[in-house]
Amino acid sequence: MDLQAVWFVAVAVLWTGFLLLEGFDFGVAILLPVLGRTRADRHLMLRTIGPVWDGNEVWLVTAVGAVFAAFPGWYATWLPSMYLPFVIVLLGLIVRAVAFEWRHSSHDPRWDDAWTRIITAGSLVAAAGIGAALGATTLGLPVGANGVRVGGAFSGWSWPALLGAVAVTAYSAVHGAIFLALKTDGDVRLRARAFARRWVLVASIPLLAWAGLVQLRSGTVLTGIIALVAAASAVLAWNRLRIGREGQAFAAWATVLIACAATIFAAAFPVVLPSTIDPAFDVLVGDAAVSTYTLTVMTWVAGFGLPVVIGYQAWTYWVFRRRLVAEPVHAPEPTAA
Amino acid sequence: MDVLDIARWQFGITTVYHFLMVPLTIGLGLLVAVMHTLWVRTGRAEWLRMTRFWGRIYLINFVLGVATGLVQEFQFGLAWSAYSRFVGDVFGSVLALEALLAFFLESTFLGLWIFGWGRIPQKLHLAALWAAVVGSIISAYFIIAANSWMQHPVGVVLDTSSGEPRARQVDFLAVLTNNTAVAAFSHAIVASLLVAGSLLVGVGLWHLRRRARAGRPVGEVDHQVWRRSVRLGGWVCVAAFALTAVTGDWQGKLMYHQQPLKMSSAEALCTTEAPASFSLFAFGKLGSNECDDVHSLTIPYVLSFLAHGDFSTAVPGVNELQEQYAQTYGATYPDDESFGDRAGQPIDYAPVLAVTYWGFRLMIGMGLIAALMAAYALWSTRRGRVPISRIGVYGSLFAVATPFIGNAAGWIFTEMGRQPFVVHPNPDVPVADQVYFFTAQAVSPGITVGEVWTSLISLAVVYGLLAVIEFGLILRFARRGITDGDTTPTPGIGGGKNRKSDGDDDGPDDAADASDDVLQFAY
Repeated sequence: MDLQAVWFVAVAVLWTGFLLLEGFDFGVAILLPVLGRTRADRHLMLRTIGPVWDGNEVWLVTAVGAVFAAFPGWYATWLPSMYLPFVIVLLGLIVRAVAFEWRHSSHDPRWDDAWTRIITAGSLVAAAGIGAALGATTLGLPVGANGVRVGGAFSGWSWPALLGAVAVTAYSAVHGAIFLALKTDGDVRLRARAFARRWVLVASIPLLAWAGLVQLRSGTVLTGIIALVAAASAVLAWNRLRIGREGQAFAAWATVLIACAATIFAAAFPVVLPSTIDPAFDVLVGDAAVSTYTLTVMTWVAGFGLPVVIGYQAWTYWVFRRRLVAEPVHAPEPTAA
Repeated sequence: MDVLDIARWQFGITTVYHFLMVPLTIGLGLLVAVMHTLWVRTGRAEWLRMTRFWGRIYLINFVLGVATGLVQEFQFGLAWSAYSRFVGDVFGSVLALEALLAFFLESTFLGLWIFGWGRIPQKLHLAALWAAVVGSIISAYFIIAANSWMQHPVGVVLDTSSGEPRARQVDFLAVLTNNTAVAAFSHAIVASLLVAGSLLVGVGLWHLRRRARAGRPVGEVDHQVWRRSVRLGGWVCVAAFALTAVTGDWQGKLMYHQQPLKMSSAEALCTTEAPASFSLFAFGKLGSNECDDVHSLTIPYVLSFLAHGDFSTAVPGVNELQEQYAQTYGATYPDDESFGDRAGQPIDYAPVLAVTYWGFRLMIGMGLIAALMAAYALWSTRRGRVPISRIGVYGSLFAVATPFIGNAAGWIFTEMGRQPFVVHPNPDVPVADQVYFFTAQAVSPGITVGEVWTSLISLAVVYGLLAVIEFGLILRFARRGITDGDTTPTPGIGGGKNRKSDGDDDGPDDAADASDDVLQFAY
C-alpha cells in the first residue's frame, strides 16, 4: 500500500474514532432532557462523560488536522464548500465545552439548568453539523473545476448533508443511551436501556442507508459484505439489549459504526469528495495529497505517537471505569457567595 | 468590505481572543504544577490550598482556551483555502502533529487531574497535571513553529511542477528548529509566566490587605496562602520580565535581518540612518500611512545597538525598503484572478505604521508596568510585612491586565508587521527560489461575503458573551478566596490511598461534601 492510501486509512480511522468516542458524549448530552427527569439524574449523566469528553473531542481536531496535513486539497475544498455548517459546528462545540466546565460555578439551580440546556443544544447542532459535513464529502458536493464550490452559500445543503446529519445524530443518541446503561445504575440505567432498545433499529437506518448509497455508487464485494455485517450488528445490538447484556450491546452498536465507516471510506476510495456537477471534478486522493516526503515524516511520527495516545486514553477510561450512581439530594447552600 | 477584509478581521479577532486565554493557561498551569509538587513534597496545608484555589481559576480559563482553539484548526480551511493549498505540504503537518502529540496529552491528563483527586495515587495524580502542562507547552511550540514558518519559511522549496506554485517541504527538522520559532517560543513562554505571575501578585496582595484590615491573625494558613502567592508571583514576574527582554532582543535582531520592514516601521524610521536612533514617541498625520508624515522624538545610537549590537551600523529606513521590495516583488499585484479585485493594484509594502509603532511600544510598556508592580509587591511584603497602601494594592490588581494587553499587542505587531505577505519571503534564499504568498491571494475563492459576515458576527457575539462570563467567574472566585472545600484537607482530597480502598467514593455520609467538593473543584 502506498503512503497516500495509508493516510486515507488513517483519516478514516480518526473520523471513526471521533464518532465512536465523541458519539456517546454527544448522545448523553442530547438525552439529558429525555432521560434526566431530575436534576440529580442529569448530574449523574453528566458525570459519566465529565472526565472524558475533552479527550474525545481532540479526535475531531486530529481528524481535521490529518485531513489538512495529508490531503490539503481535500481540506481546502471541503471546508469552504460547507462553510456555514462548519461554523455552526464550531459554535456548538464552543458553548458546549464552556458549559461543561462553568456549570458548577454557582449554587443557583437556574444557572446549572441553563448550562445543562446549552450542553444539549450545543451537542445537538455539533453532531448534526458534523454529520452533514461528512455526508456531503462522501455523497457529493457541487464542486467545480479547481475545487471551488459552484453556487451560493446554501448549495452544499442538500439531501446527502441532511442524511448525514440525521445519521450521526440518531447514532449518537442510541450510542449515548447504551453508554449510560453501561456506566450508571438505578433509574437512569433502566430508562437508558429501554430507550436504546426502543430506538436501536430505527437509529441504524439512516447510517445504513448512507453506507448503502456509497456502496451502490462505487462499492466492491468486500465493502458490500462489510455493509451486511453492519446491518447484522444492528440487529445483534437490539437482541443484546433485549436480554440486558449492555456490554455486548455496546460492542455490537460500535461495530455498526465501524463497519458502516469502513464501507463508506473503502467504497469511496480513491475519491475523497465526489462532485455533483461532473465526475471529472471529483477530488481524488492523488490530487489532494501532500508530497511523499511529508507523508513519510508524518507516518513515522504518527506510527509512534498514535499507539501511545490510544494507550493512555484507554487507561483513563479504565481509571474511571466504575459504574456511577446518583448523588443523594442535598439542599443548595443558602448563601451563594 | 470584501471577503478578504472581513476574513482578516475574523482571523484577527478570533486569534487575539484565543491568545488572551493561552498565556494564562501556560503560565498558570506551570505555577499550579509547582504548587501541587510542593504540596506533595512538603505536605504543608498552604500549598494544597494554593493548588486548589489557583487550579480552579486555571480550569475556568483553560476551557475557554480549548474551545476557542478549535476554531483555529478549521479557519485555515474555511476562509483561507488558497493559503491552505499553497502551504499544505508543510503547515498542515505541523498542526496535525500538534493535535496528536500535544493536544491529546493536555486534554486527557487534565481530565484525569480534575476527576482524579482521591481516586488515583497521589504521585500519579501529580504526574497527570505535569503531563497536561507539558502538553500545553509542546502545543505552544508546534503552533509557534507553524507561525514562525510563515514569518521565515525554511525547509521548503518552491514547486511549480503541477502548474500551480506550491511550497514543498524538504526538511522537516529545519521547520521545527527554525531560529525564528525558537526565539518566538522562548519569548512567548516567559511572557506567559509574566501573565500568571501578575495574577498571583494582584489577587494575593488584595487578599492580604483585606485580611489585615479585617484584623485576621497572620498565623492562619490563609495568610500564608496569599503571602506565598505574592512572593512566588512577584519573583516569577520580575524574572520573566528580564527574560522577555533577553528573548525579545534576540527575536528583534533576527527580525532586523528577516523582516527589516517590520522593524523599521516599528520605529517609524523613514530614511536609512547610520548610526540609527531609537524613537521614544511619534506623532503622525491622522489617516496617513506615509512614513514621511511621521515625526518622532529619538535617542541617538540606540537603534543601531538594538538591531545589530553596535553603535554605528546603518539601519535601513521604510522608504528605501519599500522601493527595494517593489523592485524585487513587483510594484503591483500580478494580473491574476486569484487576487480578485486587487489584481493589478499597487502594493503597499509598509505595514500600518500606527499599529506596528504603537503595538511594539504597548507590548514593552505593559510588560514593564507588570514587572514594576511585582517589584513593588516584593518590596512591600518583605520580611513578613503586609501592605496596606490602597494605591499600591489596587494598582497591582489593575496591573493584572497589563501583561494580557502586552501579549496581544506583541502578536498584533508581529502579524500586522508581516503584511502584505501571509508567508514572508526568506531573505537567505535567492529571490527566484523564494517561497512567499500575499495575503491578498490567500482567501478562499467561492465563499460569499454573507457567509463570512455571518461567521464573523456570530463568533464575535458568542466570544463577547463568554468573555463577560469568564471575567465575572474569575473575579468572583478570586474575591471569594479560599473556601471550605479548600481548607479541609479531607481524606478524599489528601491521600489517594485511603480513598482507593474505599471502593465507592459516594458513601452516604460524606457523599454530599466529598462529591460536591470534587465537582466544585472541577468546574
